Amino acid sequence: MTALGALIRRDIRIALRVGGGALIGVLFFLTVTVLMPFAVGPDLALLSRLGPAILWLGALLASLLTLDRLFTADHEDGSLDLIVMSRTPLELACAAKALAHWLAAGLPLIVATPALGLLLNLDGTATLAVALTLLAGTPALTFTGMIGAALAVTLHRGGLLLAVLVLPLSIPVLIFGVAASQAAISGPVSFGTPFSILCALSLVSLVIGPFAAAASLRHGLD
Amino acid sequence: MTLTDLANPTRFLALTTRILPWLAGATAILLAIGLYQSAMAPDDYQQGATVKIMFIHVPNAWLSMFVWGVMSVAALGTLVWRHPLADVAAKAAAPIGAAFTFLALVTGSLWGRPMWGTYWEWDARLTSVLILFLMYLGLMALWRAVEDPSRAARAAAVLTLVGAINIPIIKFSVDWWNTLHQPASVFRAGGSTLDKAFLWPLLVMAIAFSLLFITLHLAAMRNEILRRRVRSLQMMQASRTSEARTGLRDVTASKEIGAA
Repeated sequence: MTALGALIRRDIRIALRVGGGALIGVLFFLTVTVLMPFAVGPDLALLSRLGPAILWLGALLASLLTLDRLFTADHEDGSLDLIVMSRTPLELACAAKALAHWLAAGLPLIVATPALGLLLNLDGTATLAVALTLLAGTPALTFTGMIGAALAVTLHRGGLLLAVLVLPLSIPVLIFGVAASQAAISGPVSFGTPFSILCALSLVSLVIGPFAAAASLRHGLD
Repeated sequence: MTLTDLANPTRFLALTTRILPWLAGATAILLAIGLYQSAMAPDDYQQGATVKIMFIHVPNAWLSMFVWGVMSVAALGTLVWRHPLADVAAKAAAPIGAAFTFLALVTGSLWGRPMWGTYWEWDARLTSVLILFLMYLGLMALWRAVEDPSRAARAAAVLTLVGAINIPIIKFSVDWWNTLHQPASVFRAGGSTLDKAFLWPLLVMAIAFSLLFITLHLAAMRNEILRRRVRSLQMMQASRTSEARTGLRDVTASKEIGAA
């Protein structure tokens, strides 16, 4: 337990330090969101209708952008080999790393959501709904993305390959995240139905992600 | 003859040389019968002649899922049993599966235009099959991104097993979400709802397409094995020429003289 705690603390500290790059995700999120009104036009009614989708898309891309850092730096300086060889089960270590990554890179996105909601003309309920669905859904993005990050680091290929592998897996999260936010704002469906499926997706990825990532690290690093 | 016997690529090649012509012949005959029966099948009272698209669409859709199943078993073979031909099977299956999925999507949308009034609808079944298609392409990209086949094999195996979650979602999407695509009508509790005039051609076509997949898959596996042999021969040759260039020529020459 102490080993996992130490791993989480270390990862967060590295991510927040200069060169860690956790907060660059938030900056990217902000930039993507600001770009959208230029593309679709500054019509406030339209923006408030598209708002949840724009915020979800921005968060998805921002979390994809930072995924590369999950294993690459540790692989470069050799500490990933130490983690693989240590007595702590690799699955738990992967889960701890993903949790640390989510705390450092995912939570700031949710904190930034209300400010970005203002830019997109979302009212209080809508902003709250989007923030809540992001809170429930971004762990799923991190934990499924971790599989792609582990594959990419064992193949020494990052970037586009990672995106191509991870994005299809994150489509269900996007569907139910946006569906839940829309349901809270206008939809005929009650908020609970898509939201509970979103939570279920997060829980499933919480189980599958660490096992798949640990398997690919174990088989891939030699 | 067990699976472990087939681990020897040479034996696999010898066996498939004997089987493949028969398989190809059987596929051609069944496909001809199936196509004839489909052409002769009566028009539907509601859909007219477009119902015949189903005889191509449904086998393709079945196989798009079946091929991922084959690749998942092969992935287990790579990760758990370390079967030497498992990754060859997985690699050879991916493009074929992608082609079946693509055909299922295309024929479905051609059928959808006159029936639903649209080529594409973001319905649960259609979306999940589209995700399947994207995952096939991602898998093929993964195979192409890495030169060392055994390294790529393990990564692809993990991704295949993760992607296998999508298969039950596709299968049950029409039951879970009440959307445009019709629910299962052939294999369902309480018997098929299809009329016999449509059921027989469909079953023949399904068997013919499955045989087609097996034929193409075995042929693609043979190609992959031969391609790997060519690659290793080329690498041997390259290392020999580089040895010769770095001045080892004299040593080998003297050895040859000694042997003579």
